[in-house]
Amino acid sequence: MTKGRKIESIILKILVYAAAVITFVVLLFLLAYILINGLPHIKPELFALEYTTENASLMPALINTVIMTLLSLIIAVPFGIFSAIFLVEYAKKGNRFIGLIRLTTETLSGIPSIVYGLFGMLFFVTALGWGYSILAGAFTMSIMILPLIMRTTEEALKSVPDTYREGSFGLGAGKLRTIFRIVLPSAIPGIMAGVILAIGRIMGETAALMYTSGTVPDMAKTPMDAGRTLALHMYNLSSEGLYMDQAYATAVILLILVVGMNTLSAFVARKLTKGK
Amino acid sequence: MGKIDIKDMDLFYGSFQALKNVNLEIEANKITAFIGPSGCGKSTLLKSLNRMNDLVEGCRIQGKILLDGQDIYAKSTDVNTLRKRVGMVFQKPNPFPMSIYDNIAYGPRTHGIHSKSKLDDIVEKSLRNAAIWDEVKDRLKKSALGMSGGQQQRLCIARALAVEPEVLLMDEPTSALDPISTSKIEDLAADLKKDYTIVMVTHNMQQAVRISDNTAFFLLGEMIEYNNTEKLFSIPSDKRTEDYITGRFG
Repeated sequence: MTKGRKIESIILKILVYAAAVITFVVLLFLLAYILINGLPHIKPELFALEYTTENASLMPALINTVIMTLLSLIIAVPFGIFSAIFLVEYAKKGNRFIGLIRLTTETLSGIPSIVYGLFGMLFFVTALGWGYSILAGAFTMSIMILPLIMRTTEEALKSVPDTYREGSFGLGAGKLRTIFRIVLPSAIPGIMAGVILAIGRIMGETAALMYTSGTVPDMAKTPMDAGRTLALHMYNLSSEGLYMDQAYATAVILLILVVGMNTLSAFVARKLTKGK
Repeated sequence: MGKIDIKDMDLFYGSFQALKNVNLEIEANKITAFIGPSGCGKSTLLKSLNRMNDLVEGCRIQGKILLDGQDIYAKSTDVNTLRKRVGMVFQKPNPFPMSIYDNIAYGPRTHGIHSKSKLDDIVEKSLRNAAIWDEVKDRLKKSALGMSGGQQQRLCIARALAVEPEVLLMDEPTSALDPISTSKIEDLAADLKKDYTIVMVTHNMQQAVRISDNTAFFLLGEMIEYNNTEKLFSIPSDKRTEDYITGRFG
C-alpha cells in the first residue's frame, strides 16, 4: 500500500519535472536555432532605408511593424477598455445584452485570422476604397485584438476588490471618479498583460495583413500607403526561397522587437501605477 | 428632533424584508451603538443612513430617514453630498492602493479642493484627529498598504474625517483588529464625538458598554429596544434584550 503510493508519487514527480524541462528545452532550442542561423547574417545593409533586391533590407518592414502595432493599439485599446468598463461597472447583472456581448467577443476571438483578412479586404480595402494600406491593416488588426483586450481588462476590473469602490463611494465620489481614479489604476497591470499579448499577435500576424496592408517591401510614408510588416517580410523572403539567410536574420530582429515592446509596456505600466 | 430620525422604515432585499418598521432617533454628538446577532439588520440599517444600500441590487426602502429634518431618500437629495455629510468607516480597513497622503487627499480632491497648501493642512489635521499623525508623518508618500491593520483602520477614519462629515458611521470598525488597536479606535471614537455624531455597529457588547451613550438592540430585522446604554444593559425592558445581553443566545 505505502510502497504503491511511494512509486506513484515518484512517477508523478518525474512526469512533472520532465514536462517542465521539456518545455524549457523546446524554447531554448527554438531560440538557439534562430539565433545561430540568424545572427551571422545581420549585416548593415539589412538596415538600409530603401529595399532593393540586392540588400533585401528589413528596415522598411521594421518601421511598418511599429506603426502598424501602435495604430492598431490606438484604435483597439480605448474601445476594449471602455467596453469592459461597461460590462463590469455599468451593466446590471443578468442583463441580456451582456450575454450577447460575451457571445460576440468569444466568437470573434475564435475566428481564424485569415477570415479577418478576407473581411478586411472586402470591407476596408474594397468597399471603403482605402486600397492596400497600413490603415486597412491596422483596422483589421484592431478588430482581431479587441476581444483579447476586452477579456483581459474585464478580468482585471473584476479583480479590483469591491471594498475600494465602497471606500470611494463612501467619501461622496461619483461613479466616474471612482472608476477612473480608483478602479482603473488598480487594474492597470492586468490591462497591460492584455496589451502585451495583443502586441505579440499584431507583430506575428501574416494572413490577415497579406490581404489588407499588402506585401510591398517599402516603407509606408502615410497610413494610406501599402507596406509589409516584419512577419510578412519574413514570409515573403522564405517563400521566394532566395533569401533564407535574410529571413533568419529578420526572425532575430522580430524577436528582439517583441521583447523590446513588451519591456516597454511593462515599464509604462509601472510608471502609470506609481504615479497614483 | 435628533440628528438623524428614522421613521417607520422598512427595507427589502428583493422579496425578503430585512428591516421591519424601524423608528429611531439618533442624537447629535453622541455615540449610538447598534447591537444584535448576525443577520439582524443592524449593518443594513447603518448602510441606509448614507445610502450605501443604493449599490445593492433589488434593495428597496419604505418610510423616511431624516438628516437634520431633510429626507435623504427624497428625489432632490444628491447622494454624493449626502455621503460627504455622512461618512463611513468599514468593517475591514480598505485604504486605496496609493500613498498615505493621497488616501487622505482623495476625498477633499473629489469635492474640489486642489490647492497644495490647503490639502497639506487637511491631511495633517485629519491624521492628527485620527491619532495617527505621529506614526506616519515621516512616510506620507509611502503606500498605505504597508501599514498595520490597526493603522490602516485609523487611516480610513482620517480619510473619512478629511471631507468634514457631520456624522460618522462605523460598521464593526474593530472586528478585524487586535486588542491594542481596538482600544486605540475606541479612545478615538470617544474623542471624536465632541465634533461628530457617531453611529457604530458592533458585535462586541463590552465595546458598546464602554463607549456608547445610546444603544439599540436588533433582532430579526426588528428594533427591539432603544435606550441609554447604561439603562439598556442594567435594566433591559424587554425579555429578548435581557436574554441577548446575558448571553443566552446570539
